[in-house]
Amino acid sequence: MSEDVLKNLASDVLERLKKGGATEAKVVARTGQDLSVRVRMSEVELVEEAGTRSLSVRVSKGKRTATASTSDLTAPGIARIVSDGLELCDLTEEDPFTGLPDPADLAKENPDLKLFDPACGSVTAAQAVERAKRGEKAAQEFDAKITNSEGSTFARTAGGFVLATSGGFCAGYRGSYASISVQPVARDEGGRNRTAGYWSARRVLSQLESEESVGREAARRTIALLGARKVPTCSVPVIFEADAARSLLGTFAGCIVGDAIYRRSSYLTDRLGSPVASSLVTIVDDPLIPAGPGSRPFDGDGLPSRRNLVVENGVLKTFLLDTYGARKLGMKSTGSAAGATGSGAGTSNFILQAGTMSLEELVRATPKGLYVTHMMGFGFNPVTGDFSRGASGFWVENGEFVHPVSEITISLNFDQLLQRIDAVANDLDLKSSTASPSVRVSEMTVAGS
Amino acid sequence: MSNPVPVPPDLRAPFAPGGPYELDEERARKLLEIALARGGEFADLYAEFAIGGSLVLEEGIVKSASRGVSLGLGVRVRRGETAGYAYTEDLSWEALVRAAETAAQIANGQPVPPVAVASRALPSRYVVLEPSITTSGLLKRGLLARADRAARAADARVTRVEASVAESFREILVATSDGRFAHDVQPMLRFGLRVIVEDKGRRQSGSSGGGGRVGLEYFSRPGKSPEEHAREAVRSALAMLDAREAPAGAMDVVLAPGDSGILLHEAVGHGLEADFNRKGVSNYSSRIGQSVASSLCTIVDDADKPNSRGAINVDDEGHVPHSTVLIEQGILRGYMHDAQSAAHFGVSPTGNGRRENFRSVPLPRMTNTLLLAGPHDPEEILKSVQRGLFARKFGGGQVDIASGDFVFSLSEAYLIEDGKITAPVRDVNLIGNGPDALGRVTMLGNDVELSDGIWTCGKDGQSVPVGVGCPTIKISGMTVGGTDVSAR
Repeated sequence: MSEDVLKNLASDVLERLKKGGATEAKVVARTGQDLSVRVRMSEVELVEEAGTRSLSVRVSKGKRTATASTSDLTAPGIARIVSDGLELCDLTEEDPFTGLPDPADLAKENPDLKLFDPACGSVTAAQAVERAKRGEKAAQEFDAKITNSEGSTFARTAGGFVLATSGGFCAGYRGSYASISVQPVARDEGGRNRTAGYWSARRVLSQLESEESVGREAARRTIALLGARKVPTCSVPVIFEADAARSLLGTFAGCIVGDAIYRRSSYLTDRLGSPVASSLVTIVDDPLIPAGPGSRPFDGDGLPSRRNLVVENGVLKTFLLDTYGARKLGMKSTGSAAGATGSGAGTSNFILQAGTMSLEELVRATPKGLYVTHMMGFGFNPVTGDFSRGASGFWVENGEFVHPVSEITISLNFDQLLQRIDAVANDLDLKSSTASPSVRVSEMTVAGS
Repeated sequence: MSNPVPVPPDLRAPFAPGGPYELDEERARKLLEIALARGGEFADLYAEFAIGGSLVLEEGIVKSASRGVSLGLGVRVRRGETAGYAYTEDLSWEALVRAAETAAQIANGQPVPPVAVASRALPSRYVVLEPSITTSGLLKRGLLARADRAARAADARVTRVEASVAESFREILVATSDGRFAHDVQPMLRFGLRVIVEDKGRRQSGSSGGGGRVGLEYFSRPGKSPEEHAREAVRSALAMLDAREAPAGAMDVVLAPGDSGILLHEAVGHGLEADFNRKGVSNYSSRIGQSVASSLCTIVDDADKPNSRGAINVDDEGHVPHSTVLIEQGILRGYMHDAQSAAHFGVSPTGNGRRENFRSVPLPRMTNTLLLAGPHDPEEILKSVQRGLFARKFGGGQVDIASGDFVFSLSEAYLIEDGKITAPVRDVNLIGNGPDALGRVTMLGNDVELSDGIWTCGKDGQSVPVGVGCPTIKISGMTVGGTDVSAR
């Protein structure tokens, strides 16, 4: 479906909602073309190909609001989403904070952020299989200890998005994304297998890491885990490698979106303007990075995208707010409404700014501690900040890896964790919309044997 | 074919008999023929029509109501270990043929004709008395208002209440080239409530919820009224308001019955899904007949728990699941299979081939995973622990299939001192390795319970509803991931 078809569809639904009695409405139409292939032990395991489409609406009658969505774009399907949206309004109660943004604030420009690469959409199934095979082969050939595989996946997606509101906004954009991931397996002692995947993802196909380098890195990481063991329970410095640090940053993001704040379900509810992390930490949310994985020309309310400085040298400067959350808190929207109807505020490219030290230097400067490559589980209470997760990685002594570590947990209240960041490396890689360089926390509890 | 869930005409799937895109046996066979035309050995069709709805109460008002419709059909073609998959949201014949041809591309050989499909009777595991989806929204709104009032009345320290009811109604049709044709209507209801309590600058949350393949009669069950859920959420939040630092290190852990089954789900369940074993990447691969748990442990996967969240009449490949014994007195007996893994191992499919929706390929998945009752009195189990941890409520868990390392997080836990439950401790994660942890089950209660309908399992990006269940469990020596290293 072309962008014009999407726009016509969205405008048509908007008109029908208004005729049906909606005082305000917002319509999102999406379409996509997806291909994903998985190769395992040199054989094609799965080729998945489809075109997707969906329509979602947010409808208000006065101050009563409801949402509806469908993948059924036949005439009866569209009639149903319109009537569902209108009917459901009558079931909700008046919320004085609901409503579209002031039309004067709407985005007037639709900047080209280079989100779409035609080359992404044109990768055929056969080419995708070739790429996935090359990735797995590079892992298998890296070392004889790689004896098995959970497979190698190449995926690409391309799609269009249109937002139309009764406030007079109607605009859209296209985007693409390609990714390669390799997951080799090595046999360890005691019947255990070890696997550490590695991946690359970009909006622009030519910017993906080569399949061979992804495969080799996956193999290197997998073999490094052989012989992993617990360590005794202790309190030590903990280095979070970039991918694990990214997970910490994602946890933080969930605590500074407006929804969590007005619901008082974040430990940061009353902390605006105060230190929430060490002075080494600066975090931005920037939707305007060209070809950034989380970039968007406007937000889900139709407001212009803007770069928000969220944490500056450790101090919390702003929450991320959509129109509704801003009204609830008596603040101004930061242009952070998520794309879907009714999903509140969200991050775009949420980035912890890189430091100057290389990761190698950071490890060398650590006399004793734990180096975390991977975390498991969901042990986080956003209300209190209590944080406790499973981890694996390496034991560090005198600035060097001594042996791999698994089956341990790391714990510390998240507030203290961020305050105790005493080093930030320079290895930032913007392959996902939440991105962080490696960081070190001066002391955490490691629970093991 | 009769279905115990009555379907009003406007909720009928467009592919159901009499619908505008009726997919009868003959049309299904034709489509399967197209799917196999390039030499596939097996093909299946999966049509799905799902209506979901939810109501959310917050700050004393029903703030949002939503409804979603999902409609589409997926075609899979298999040759050897290779599968092609395509789906379409457009059910016109031309679009279906295009999807079948796309999925067929993975094969290259002599066409194989499909067997004519024939529908068969299915069990009836979710008889619903008061279907929620067809009940007036005002009635459901009333349930949320009752929960809100009860939570606020329960304690003055309650500052926020969020209550929600989510329902879905999923009609599926499965047709396979080896002759299966199954049609099922699967209802689901989930009620949830979360409160925030605040006292002297401290804040904590507590939650309670449940449901299953049930109707609104669920709320008449003992302990399941909106008021009782509200009081439970408040109780839990207040109890944890005073929580102290959790201990760190290896100690005895006693798990409450019911939701603790999350332990089995992570420690053994995923590792016994046969796709991982077919590929030899699970730490349980090639261990059938060997001891992988304490002899107290008998673990089954049982889709036949009427009205439970994990119940299904038929899996998403047309096979009827029953109770599958996974571990019997500590000995590994079998895996959970989908059609592909069953063919690989030369066994009958166990009916565990499930998928999130028509956009996804089926995988071996759990239904209700249960650890059966043991011989011990729960009181006696607690009394046997000098110093340890009692786990009452759970956040969720995860497993690394390859190594068998698993975690699960506790949202309500207490210290055990001299055989008695004492101080509450802050949210904490437990970590272990599957066969090692199950080998340390030294006592098992006689009080087995099935979880209420709250759990959702994720695998390969697909979510499916599941159940877990178990009695009181004592694990002698498990790593507790608290912050307090002093009291070792």
